[in-house]
Amino acid sequence: MQQGPYFGDFGGRYVPESLIAALDELAEAYELAKLDPTFTEELAHLHATYTGRPSIITEVPRFAEHAGGARIILKREDLNHTGSHKINNVLGQALLARRIGKTRLIAETGAGQHGVATATAAALFGMECIVYMGEVDTQRQALNVARMRLLGAEVIPVTTGSRTLKDAINEALRDWVANVDNTHYLLGTVAGPHPFPQMVRDFHKIIGEEAREQVLALTGALPDAVIACVGGGSNAIGIFHAFLDDDGVELIGCEAAGRGIDTPEHAATLTLGRPGVLHGARSYMLQDADGQTMESHSISAGLDYPGVGPEHSWLKDLGRATYRPITDDAAMAALRLLSQTEGIIPAIETAHGLAGAMEVGRELGPNATLLINLSGRGDKDMQTAAEYFGLLDGSA
Amino acid sequence: MTSQVNAVFDERREHGLLVGYLPLGFPTVDASVDAAVALVENGVDILEMGLPYSDPVMDGLVIQRATNTALEAGFRLAQTFDAVAAIRARVDAPVLVMTYFNPVLQYGVEKFSQELEDAGGAGLITPDLIPDEASEWLHAANAHDLDRVFLAAPSSSPERLESSTKNSRGFVYAVSTMGITGARTDVDSAARGLVERLRSAGAENIGVGLGISTPQQVSEVLEYADAAIVGSALITALADGGPSAVATLARELSAGKH
Ligand SMILES: Cc1ncc(COP(=O)(O)O)c(C=O)c1O
Repeated sequence: MQQGPYFGDFGGRYVPESLIAALDELAEAYELAKLDPTFTEELAHLHATYTGRPSIITEVPRFAEHAGGARIILKREDLNHTGSHKINNVLGQALLARRIGKTRLIAETGAGQHGVATATAAALFGMECIVYMGEVDTQRQALNVARMRLLGAEVIPVTTGSRTLKDAINEALRDWVANVDNTHYLLGTVAGPHPFPQMVRDFHKIIGEEAREQVLALTGALPDAVIACVGGGSNAIGIFHAFLDDDGVELIGCEAAGRGIDTPEHAATLTLGRPGVLHGARSYMLQDADGQTMESHSISAGLDYPGVGPEHSWLKDLGRATYRPITDDAAMAALRLLSQTEGIIPAIETAHGLAGAMEVGRELGPNATLLINLSGRGDKDMQTAAEYFGLLDGSA
Repeated sequence: MTSQVNAVFDERREHGLLVGYLPLGFPTVDASVDAAVALVENGVDILEMGLPYSDPVMDGLVIQRATNTALEAGFRLAQTFDAVAAIRARVDAPVLVMTYFNPVLQYGVEKFSQELEDAGGAGLITPDLIPDEASEWLHAANAHDLDRVFLAAPSSSPERLESSTKNSRGFVYAVSTMGITGARTDVDSAARGLVERLRSAGAENIGVGLGISTPQQVSEVLEYADAAIVGSALITALADGGPSAVATLARELSAGKH
């Protein structure tokens, strides 16, 4: 298993020197914590008594009728406390931050799920919490802004650049450079400089470890494909990892194609990007000929990011995982379909994985079994969905 | 192997040097060239021309706004080399390009280095590239006889200060404070300690930057460092009062030299 700082040609630490001491401290503390039974037990205890782990799996036959009749099983990370997979990583890093004596947590957030999870952990551990969120995202995920504030966090709208996730990460990095003494940057995905890609992955790989056992127990066999949406890539790497050595299992990431990959408005980093350096790591990214980061677009704030974690770039180049673009419209159709066939309302991010599974199911046919990471629930997206589908009285 | 920057340090060390930062393309490419020339004509010893970049994580609002303006006005990376050559044709001061790494990587590290050498540029300052990740750039810098300025921070370990020192040529950029660029009322006392630690690590030429904006601060920094680096204050002057204001501020700041 690749441990970083590099994943093949990807990864590394492309950050100002001022941050290196903190990254070294974090990497060292993490290596020690990993081997320390008190740390692993503390995290396991929190997951059992607070997160609600293990999360269940749910088979969805009525939805599967629309996916070529393949057998479809959902890993229910939406049922975790705070409503998404993000809490797995947040509790791990918050415990670690406490160990190294940091009293202030900062985070970036796109959809707000990572911000909510971080604000939750800060409340639980009695830490100060600042969340940077692009101004555009504070509007489309207003409910999550209110949740974070209710939890006691300060939410700072970011008004620079594209005013989305990318710029929120820039602001969080600037804060961290200035306050590194007492502050831990609780990065929310498998991107950023080493040790984040490796550490965040490790905190999420419990998703795949549980799911692999659960699917084997249910079906007696491994799934033919494991599918997840990819923003920075944390829920995808979390469910992929337990299956990396299972050669017969296809790993499929679904990234946001926005209004279409033949338009400039997409976030299909692995499909259309090329390797470069963004936010501290070398990885695929959307950029112009001069290496300026391009603005991404997705209806889902959590996938609206022009970069991706370095391990995904590596898995793509190795051919071990494949990545496909899913449009806003396809994702929204899948969101409504799962809601109406199974009574489960997924996050819009997650719906990209569901739409991908509908394609894959049709390609592989009725004998296939697909495991999908249901990374989050859709409550936060009601405003967007209501506008998109015209669900409110008086709306179109 | 001759370093343009080393030569200037050798000649003027006893007075201390003033290093001035301006972004290329702000408010236009021609105006940034004129402003750079005005800096040198008014006492700036070494120029640092910033390459506008979409995600400048080391920079505060003043530099962010200026580089954003340059990008929105259509600044393209290839204009860097003509601009450097134009400055060099008019004044005799080393021109370092301050750039985040991705633009260099995408242009091609070797091609960028070749064209910078051809334009008469002195080298690069790389705020998000640490020596550990810089093997391709170090190789090209050697091949093209370019200076490379790495950063050192108050948080850097002794081993890391040694690495910054060993891998830098020209000077070592001592970050005065744990933070990003922008004028501050006080230069952090951390700067003095960092410069002392860099001296023990063997650094000969040390420039202190971040937060310096007045002649008093320049003078204070030059008591222990070899160069004082001023950026945001010059940009604010340029934005508010044009080339004449930047010239005036440069003249005032250079009065802080000893
Ligand atoms: C529910 C949900 N799924 C997926 C993502 C995308 O992140 P990642 O690719 O790191 O899993 C987000 C991010 O906000 C999210 O909230």
